[in-house]
Amino acid sequence: MKLELGKINIKSVRLGNKTEVKEGILTINEDCIKNLVLEDERIKSVKVEIATPGDKTRITPVKDVIEPRVKVSGAGGMFPGVRTKIDLVGSGRTNVLSGVAVVTCGKIVGFQEGIIDMSGPGADFTPFSQTCNVCLVIEPFDGLTPYDYEEAARNAGLRIAEYIGDTGKDIEPDILEVYETKPLLEAIAEYPDLPKVGYVYMLQTQGLLHDTYVYGVDAKKMVPTILYPTEVMDGAIISGNCVSACDKNTTYHHQNNPIIHDLYERHGKDLNFLGVIITNETVYLADKERSSMWTAKLCKYLGLDAAIISQEGFGNPDTDLIMNCKKIEALGIKTVIVTDEYAGRDGKSQSLADADKAADAVVTGGNANEVILLPPMDKIIGILKYTDKIAGGFDGSLRPDGSIEAEIQVITGSTNELGFNKMTAVGM
Amino acid sequence: MGKLRIVHYINQFYGGIGGEDKADYQPEVREGHVGPGMALLQQFGEAAEIVATVICGDTYFNENVEQALEVIIPMIEKHNPDVFVAGPAFNAGRYGMACGAVCKAVQEKMNIPVVTAMYAENPGVDSFKKDIYILQTGSSAADMKKSAPKLADFAIKLGKKEEIGLPEVDGYHERGIRKNVFVKERGSKRAVDMLIKKIKGESFKTEYPMPVFDTVEPNPPVKYMWKAKIALVTSGGIVPKNNPDKIESSSASKYGKYDLEGVFDLTDEGYETAHGGYDPVYANQDADRVLPVDVLRDLEKEGHIGSLHRYYYATVGNGTSVANAKAYAARIATELKNDGVHAVILTST
Repeated sequence: MKLELGKINIKSVRLGNKTEVKEGILTINEDCIKNLVLEDERIKSVKVEIATPGDKTRITPVKDVIEPRVKVSGAGGMFPGVRTKIDLVGSGRTNVLSGVAVVTCGKIVGFQEGIIDMSGPGADFTPFSQTCNVCLVIEPFDGLTPYDYEEAARNAGLRIAEYIGDTGKDIEPDILEVYETKPLLEAIAEYPDLPKVGYVYMLQTQGLLHDTYVYGVDAKKMVPTILYPTEVMDGAIISGNCVSACDKNTTYHHQNNPIIHDLYERHGKDLNFLGVIITNETVYLADKERSSMWTAKLCKYLGLDAAIISQEGFGNPDTDLIMNCKKIEALGIKTVIVTDEYAGRDGKSQSLADADKAADAVVTGGNANEVILLPPMDKIIGILKYTDKIAGGFDGSLRPDGSIEAEIQVITGSTNELGFNKMTAVGM
Repeated sequence: MGKLRIVHYINQFYGGIGGEDKADYQPEVREGHVGPGMALLQQFGEAAEIVATVICGDTYFNENVEQALEVIIPMIEKHNPDVFVAGPAFNAGRYGMACGAVCKAVQEKMNIPVVTAMYAENPGVDSFKKDIYILQTGSSAADMKKSAPKLADFAIKLGKKEEIGLPEVDGYHERGIRKNVFVKERGSKRAVDMLIKKIKGESFKTEYPMPVFDTVEPNPPVKYMWKAKIALVTSGGIVPKNNPDKIESSSASKYGKYDLEGVFDLTDEGYETAHGGYDPVYANQDADRVLPVDVLRDLEKEGHIGSLHRYYYATVGNGTSVANAKAYAARIATELKNDGVHAVILTST
């Protein structure tokens, strides 16, 4: 399966009469966006605001971040099974509005939504301080259940990302990247001397605000399976979670999975990248045991010599991570795990809730408990009301002057476990 | 800025009092430098001076830690130092323990920077490295020539409040404190690089060495449940409505103790969860799902258990550090024992 990814560099975003891309500038029609969002009868109102890198702006509480993309050719459409009909995506041509993100925010569903600062010290911790963000501040009707509200907000983000993405359909991209994964036997025959490497992609699936969807399927209801890596680039996996925003994969993270990208970089040179095994992180022990067993089985069945395992979340999923690692290593397949840490605000505590000596190769996204002081901002997109309550905040986090003292856990994507960032933690 | 004021701690041997036979020597303070203080002084140059030296026998200190510290701390306080230095202790175990304990106490009570130095296998390293900086030295006093200047330089660095670098750069035993840093490559590239090294059998450095977990052996079963007083403790965040203690939704910095007198059922009017790590809808509808008060009241009525303890304890397990959890558990367990509780049902989420 071969996918061409055409990246259109977007330098800025502004409001205007027509939604279009011209010479690297994205113009969006506010009314069109509002009308599309309000087609969902569960949403009472929506505000459209733009945040640009360097702005003295804080966006919170953030639910999801999505990159606008469009299928130019090849089967299927963006977000198959959710926004478009089920079809196998991951081949042909997809255009990307690079440098733009749709951000859904507004009143909290749970305690888990995050913060994006567009400038200041907090901006260093989130990749979304570097994108031009089209923010949808959503207000649900009173009495809506948290499940309905979460779904409405999730769909609104995808709907608008699709709408904006469509503007890139006929634009000549600035960069063209080509990714290809062949059927298994051909792939192995092509580089018979290179080590066969897979990617075990763990998806958060613990319930409300902790869910992930694959071709529209709630991933806690699936058993581990295999994807072509390019399917992920076409929105096969979408995020329904922002629990402790620091280490949850937004849809944008999935679309731009850096482990997939960096394995492709070495494909045919140092390794033979055969494919992606997706698995879940459920709350029942039997499910954990079944999923980790099947994941290890699929690694062996593919004939892998080695695999990278990425986690999503922390605490309870640490057990899924360690089960996967132990069972895969026990089959003689070498692993590197990608995780993050909860070592306490002083950094002195044990970082993971589960551990095993098989996990001897670890990459960390950093200690999520580290405390940061985020200075006041001129503009707030969303609301500050929930700052003390969100995961990583504490009583008094929000100070009278509008500054926030909280753990970096509150920052969307700060300790991402797909290795999206340059942060790590060291022993001092 | 004038010279930094340093107070130095050494044992009876380096203080010139005597060897093992004088190890019960009680604490004494002298003006200026003594013994190895000379080597520190040479390195200090104009930057610092040793205003006083405390000398104490190793046996005396280790057998009378509390009393020794009660005498030693005021001795140090009187000289108003900017930095406190102890040792180097090399591989002398009791000397190392004393250096570590005095440094830790000075840091806590006087809130000034402290440093000591010893060999990797000195028991003082493992006992105190989390609390204080301990520089690496050779195993014997033969290393004094090399380690004393390092100790002096580090003391000056602390005194000038300069940033301390990585263990391998600044020569201290890794303290096991995790600190976030930004590096050149993103995590995914680091993972791929590490995997290729691992496949090739080349050496690689894990970014997080796996911790060793302490496992708790379960107690034997309760023999007579019908006589037992049972308590409920949860990390599932069940709190009285509106979370009176404001327990955090993640990284809880506290736990709560709540009265169950006259409570037979946890209703959505009275109770909720403060936990941010799981779907709270079902717990908020009926908190008994996480903290089974209703069922225990039934069992109490039916005579299956002796009684339900009057208080329950709750915190939020979500992202709460193991060290904090351990500390809460120690306090909760003590209270439960004092209250005559026979068994505890721990519910997590």
